[in-house]
Parts: sequence; C-alpha cells; structure tokens
Amino acid sequence: MDQPDYILSMEHITKDFPGVRALDGVSLRVRRGEIHAICGENGAGKSTLMKVLSGVHPHGTYGGEIHYDNRLAEFANIRDSEHAGIVIIHQELALIPELSIAENIFLGNEVRGRFGIDWIGARQNARALMERVGLQDDPDAQIKSIGVGKQQLVEIAKAISKDVQLLILDEPTAALNETDSAHLLDLIREFKTHGITCIMISHKLNEIAAIADSITIIRDGHSVETITLAEGERVNEDRIIRGMVGRELTSRYPDRAPNIGEVLFEVKDWTVLHPEISERVVCKGSNFEIRRGEIVGFAGLMGAGRTELARSLFGRSYGTYVQGQIFLHGEEIVPKNVEQAIGVGMAYVTEDRKVLGLNLLDDIRTTVVSAALNKISPRNVVDRNAEFIAAEQYRTDLRIKTPSVNEGVVKLSGGNQQKVVVAKWLFTEPELLILDEPTRGIDVGAKYEMYGIMNALAAQGKAIMMISSELPELLGTCDRIYTVSQGAITGCLNAADATQEDLMRLMTLVPNTTINAA
Amino acid sequence: MDAVKSLKQLFGGSLRQFGMLFVLVGLAIFFHLMTGGLVVTPTNLMNLLNGNSYILVLAIGMVMVIVIGHIDLSVGSVAAFVGIVVAIAMRDWGIPWWVAVLLGLVIGAICGAWQGFWVAYVGIPGFIVTLAGYMFFRGANQFVGKSLTVAVPKDFQFLGNGYLPEWGPNTGMNNSTLLLGLVAILALSWAQLRQRAALAKVNAAVPPFGVTIARIVLMAVVVGWLTWMFGTGRPGTSFPVPGLILGLLVILYSFVTQRTVTGRHIYAVGGNRLAAELSGVNTKRTYFLVMLNMSVLSAFAGIMFVGRSTASGPFDGVGWELDAIAAVFIGGAAVSGGVGTVIGSIIGGLVMAVLNNGLQLMSVGSDWTQMIKGLVLLVAVAVDVWQKSQGRPSVSGLLFRGKGAKSVTPTEADLVEESLSKADGAH
Repeated sequence: MDQPDYILSMEHITKDFPGVRALDGVSLRVRRGEIHAICGENGAGKSTLMKVLSGVHPHGTYGGEIHYDNRLAEFANIRDSEHAGIVIIHQELALIPELSIAENIFLGNEVRGRFGIDWIGARQNARALMERVGLQDDPDAQIKSIGVGKQQLVEIAKAISKDVQLLILDEPTAALNETDSAHLLDLIREFKTHGITCIMISHKLNEIAAIADSITIIRDGHSVETITLAEGERVNEDRIIRGMVGRELTSRYPDRAPNIGEVLFEVKDWTVLHPEISERVVCKGSNFEIRRGEIVGFAGLMGAGRTELARSLFGRSYGTYVQGQIFLHGEEIVPKNVEQAIGVGMAYVTEDRKVLGLNLLDDIRTTVVSAALNKISPRNVVDRNAEFIAAEQYRTDLRIKTPSVNEGVVKLSGGNQQKVVVAKWLFTEPELLILDEPTRGIDVGAKYEMYGIMNALAAQGKAIMMISSELPELLGTCDRIYTVSQGAITGCLNAADATQEDLMRLMTLVPNTTINAA
Repeated sequence: MDAVKSLKQLFGGSLRQFGMLFVLVGLAIFFHLMTGGLVVTPTNLMNLLNGNSYILVLAIGMVMVIVIGHIDLSVGSVAAFVGIVVAIAMRDWGIPWWVAVLLGLVIGAICGAWQGFWVAYVGIPGFIVTLAGYMFFRGANQFVGKSLTVAVPKDFQFLGNGYLPEWGPNTGMNNSTLLLGLVAILALSWAQLRQRAALAKVNAAVPPFGVTIARIVLMAVVVGWLTWMFGTGRPGTSFPVPGLILGLLVILYSFVTQRTVTGRHIYAVGGNRLAAELSGVNTKRTYFLVMLNMSVLSAFAGIMFVGRSTASGPFDGVGWELDAIAAVFIGGAAVSGGVGTVIGSIIGGLVMAVLNNGLQLMSVGSDWTQMIKGLVLLVAVAVDVWQKSQGRPSVSGLLFRGKGAKSVTPTEADLVEESLSKADGAH
C-alpha cells in the first residue's frame, strides 16, 4: 500500500483559550482532491481547528504542526493562508449586502486597471466565475437583492477567484433549502473533478454520507477517528453519531424525584419568520407542552431554531409572529412584548449572558431586581432597602460567591454571573422559566449547582424549558426532551429511556417540509 | 494607603467624582492665587453661577442623553427658539412672566417630542435628528424674531440674574442666603443619618459613626463657607436665583436618575440595550422621554439666558451644545453610554466654567483659553479610555455606586492617587 498524497496534514494541534483547552492534540489528514467532512457536536472544536488552519489563530498561538502541500505552513494571518490557496467560507457569510456581486467577488482583490479599478474587466471576470458556479444573475445586482443560496454561490465564486486549492466550507447548507443545497453539493463534486480539495464541516449527516470521501470526527477537542471510504462506499450514519457523542454519562447530575402535575404551559402551531429575511420560516408550526414541576429539554444542533422559538414565545422578542397560540393553565395568553410576558409569569434566561443577559456596568443588587423593578418601587421610586434585602436573599439561596451585593457583576466568574441572571428572573416570580444554554461557559462545579437550582425550582411547581446543546446534560436533568431540526419539532422522547444516538438521529432529521405553515 | 482608605470612607467610595471635585477646587485656588485674589470673591462666584447656570442646566439633560447612547446637538437652537417666542409673547400679548415661562416649557416639550419621535420610534440616531433640529430651530428663531433682538420686561429678568430678598434682623449677611445654607446643612445631615439607619435596618455594612460625623462636619463647613461667601456680597446681592433654580433641578434630576424606575431604565438602556429589552424595559419610551426632557431643559436654559441678557436675539445659544457635551464628558460619562451622573456633569461644567473665568481674569486671550479647554476635555476623556483599555470595563459608573468598604481594588486606589496628584499639580 503506497503512501497517500496528503495535501494537508495537521499534527497534534493544541489550542488553549483562557481557562479552556479547545483543541487537545487534534490530527487531521486530508488527501489531495478529496472531499473531507468534519463532524462533531457544537463546541467540539471544529471551527477552532479551521481557524488555526486559515491563520485566524496565527502560527505561534497553537501547538503542533501544519504541513500543507508538503511544506511546513506557518500562517500569520488569513492573507497568508489565502496566498497558499486555502480559502474558508464561514457559516456567517462575509459579503457586503450593499455592494454588487462583482464588487463582492473582487473585494480586497480588485482588478486593477491603469486608473484605479478596471470595472469592465472586473465585470467580465465576475461573469466567468459566476458561470462556473452556476449563477446567472447580473454581476451588478446588489448582494442583498439575491437569496441566501445565491449568496453562498457568490462566496464560492469569490473563493475560486483566488485560485483556491483547498476550499473549506463551514456549515455551507445550514441556511439553504433543499434545491440550493443539492446544487451546492453538485458544485463541490464538480470542483473535485477539477482537483480542488474540499473540507466541509456539516451537521447534516445525510449530506455527508452522500458526498464525503473521508470523515474525521472530533469530540471535546480530540480527534476521535478518521473514516476513509472506498470508492462508492456509503458511510454508516450510526457510526458517525456514536463517534460524535460517545462518552459515558457519569453522576454529574444531582438526583431528583420529579413531582409532575397538570399541563402548565402549552404551545400550539407556533410559526415565526426570520426578522430580516421574511421568506425564511424559523419556527415551523411547533406544538409542545410543559407540565407543572417538569423539566423539559430542547435538543437541536446550532441553528436549529431553539433559541428563536424560545425568544419568539417570550413576548415576541425575536422574529415576525405569523400564527400560533400560547396557553398558561389552559387559558390563552397573548404576550406581545417582554413586559407582558414577564407580567403573565414567563422568564427567559438567555444563552448569551454578556450580550443579552447582563448590563456589565451594573452591580449585583441592581441587576437582581432589574426585571421586576415595580415590585419594589412604590410610586415609581426604587426602595433601595428592599432591593438590598432581595439581593441578599438570592445571594444566600443561590450561593452567589461575592463579598457584597454592591459589587459589579463584571467582577464575578461566569458561573456566578449566571446565578445573578437566574436570580434576576426568579425575582420576577415566573411560572415558566426558559433556560437557554444555562451551563454554557461555566465550570463543572457551577454546572452541578445550576442543575440543583433547576431541580429545586421544579420541586416548587415551576415549569422549566431547558435548551441545551449538551446531550448528556439534557438526558441527565430533563424529564422529557423535544428535538428540533431546521425550525421544526421532530420528536419527543422520555429522557429515562432515550439515548444520545436517538436524540442525534432526530436532531439531524430533515423535517418533512409539508409541516410548513399552511 | 491608610490615608486613602479613610478618604474613601469619608467620600463613600465615589472617588472619581471627588477626584474631579479636587481638580475643581485646585483650579479655583490656583487662579485665585494667580490673579491676586480675584476668583474666590462673592461677586465673582455670583458671576460664575449666573453666567454658567444655563449651561449646567443643559448638562443635566445632556448627561441623560449621553447615558442612553445618543447626543443632542439641538439644545442651543431650541433654547434660542424658545427664548424668542417667550420674549415676543410677553411683548405682543402682554402675558405675565410666569405664563411666559410655562409657555416656553410647553414649546420645549413639543420640540422634544418631535425629536424624540424620530429617535425612538423611527430609529434615526440622535446625532442626525438633533443636527437637523440644530438647523431647523435656529432658523425658526430667526423666522419668528425676524432676526431681531427682542427685550424682555424687568420682572422676567430675575430668572437670569435675580437675587433673593433681604429681610429680618441685621445678621451682617443676606438672610435668605443664610436660611438657605442652614436648610441645606440640616437636610444633608438628616440624609446622612437616615442612610445610616436604613443600612442598619437591613443589616448592611454601616460605616463607623466617626466617619458619618466627619462627613457631616465636612459638608457643614463647605456649605457654611459657601453661605458666607454668597451672603456677604455687595448689599442687595445674595445666592443668585439662577443658582437656586439650578440647585433645585440638580436635586430633582439626581433623584430621578438614581432612585426611580425611570432612572434605572435610562442606565439599563444605555448599559446594554438588548439586555434591557429582554428584561422588559420599554427602550423606545425611554429614548423618547430622555429626548423630550432634554428639550424641556433647553427651554429652561433659554429662558434663564434671556432673563440674564435682558433680551432674546438671533445668536443666543450658539455653541451651547458643545459646552454641555464637554461638561458631561469631563464629568465622567462614557462615550459608549451607560455611565455618567448629574452631579458629575455639574462638576465637569464647573471645571470648564472656572477655567474660562480664571483665564479671563488672568487676561489670557480667547485663543489660549480655547486651546487649554480643548486639552482639558481631551485629557479627561483619555483617562476614561485608558481605564477601559486596562480591561476595566466600568470607567466610573461602578465607582459612583460602589459603596462596599471591601471594594478597594487597584482601579480605585489608582484613581485616588491620580486625582490626588492632579489636585497637587494644580496647586
């Protein structure tokens, strides 16, 4: 067996962020001219690995070696890696909506004429590139006037304009519909025949199975295995799933005896559109219910629409409402803004503590009362004593580690900040508590405490909706788990007899498009 | 560091603010010495207050606008517009002064509602909306007044340069001023004791009794000295009426911003709009109210200025917006919003006023005065930015509110040192 011709080999890559090791000795070998898929759960380290490769994390900030085209590669920035023929297309498209297709294709790489930019030449070149990716639009059309699928093609045209050798696509089809996805996959296959190597990060196992020649699985910052397929062989999806989730559940979750009562919260046919792109349905007729004292999990891959669902329920704070009803204690409620949602007893702990959850200029005591100020403000005047008492109460109850509630929240650790956010919402005395990734970015000990808080709240008869990307966490803490894929609820499992494989299968299921809003 | 700690306790942790206060006092003493004793005199202090109170009134509103992350460039034009309308109304319709004041405030509110509507409900940045207002209301002033100067009656002028009445026994001082000073001392002492009681009631850390007494004594000395200064001026003078109006507005707006739900919402929106929205704060209404309020205070400033200059003219209020904005930033507000206090902005405005006044009395030309003022503004904000770049996200807002004795961090210690050395340098 002769040595395969690797265009890229990344050896024992290690990358540390403050407090976290994102990559721990990851190795990736890509053969010349193949389509290589990278699979892994959210946060497994796929994107970090690609950032190391493309020079976003420059040489010297990571451990290990990268060999590209049989040479040691030490990229200092993205320009370096692009110069070597490596182009990365991110999940969030990097196009400028106000500029035309041609301008975007040659952005930073302008076709120079004798006097500034040669627009005629640029337009001609653009047309040729667009033809290669199957785009028939006017090169002068503005990016914002064409659909997401076509925008993705513009990105690819931009990539091949740079004489790409190795094309990296991060979740290329996440935002695309069936037809556009199929077209994109065809295009990648065609590039292969032209000798362009392709690395594709994807959550969609059916697509990977259809297109990949090799698959590398990454889990928790380690490369688990690389599956190399023979010509025409199709990968076993179960094997990928097992590789992605294959860790043991330990006793990382406090015990609890669920005491589940009647249905407290019910959602019927909830349909919501994307706030900017009105043809995109982000919640497709969702139906679910949560009972008193029940912790219900929502599993899904990134971009599946779980946060969008939660926020649209929480006073329509996301997207454009189309249809659907919410019932609390069997009575319909129509919270049209956050104030009303809080009023009827809903609370939403955001996944993004720093951007959406906290005013980092504030101190603990003012944060704790900030979502229900009226409770302690007779005649609009804040009672500072009542505020102090409330903050002290939660400091004790939730064991917030701080010398004083007068401290700024910015001084707290992630886990304690999260507790402050939870305290803020508990102070509103909610009946339904929505927790969006409540343990993201906090350490194991704080996670355990957070689960304990959830259990205590459930025991008080509150309904808890928990969104998490960590499947073991969902299985360890929830009573039931709904799976969400591409904006639709694809299943509901009892946590007691579900496995991560079951969940992953439902999470990657392409929902029947006829579920679409009527 | 013991000295620093006791200072800190004395000032309740809000040292950044007091740092600027030290600068203010230092500047006053510096100029007093340099001019051979012309600055800290009853007459000059009255002039200082009379000549700057309308800018300080603007700074009260401006700090709220800047806290929510906007800016208001229209304040000078709105003030001028209101001024001319009020002057003409009194001249042509013969309405009494107090009706004219009410009319002015209502017109200010209408201007503010107009601008607030565009900022809050259409979503146009305050900079643009008020730049438009800056041009529009300037033009409106000249349209209404036909670019002429309109005099106002005598009884209206006391709003801009009036003094409190003389009454009662001969105490060697103006008795109104004396009464005002005594009331202020009693109120401040009562507030200190009440705060202690409140802290004790909820088992919070109460500062040592000695510290409270020291604070009260310090305040009494400062207020007493000011009373004496303002009470012993030329016969017929007292603590000026514009100063009294300013004082009442400062108390009112300090209370609103620090103690009410509305105030909390202003800081919440400015600190993190998205988080505020997800906490049920009506961010649009907050924007609207703050912009509306700014124009009402602009109207107030315009009325006071017209009273002081005895007439309303086409070039009233030119450049006021920039003075007010400078005061707010020197007073510790952050450009990115969420940080800033009414008291801080007043101190910032006074620093600028004393600079102006002192340099003028030293016969420094307006060329140098402007250059120096520019540099002072730059340095004050540079200190802020530097603080941030050191990974200390809160510039001064945290320090303003932080009252825990344990929260002596390097940040605060640095600030003490810095403000002390600043004060020293100014001597």
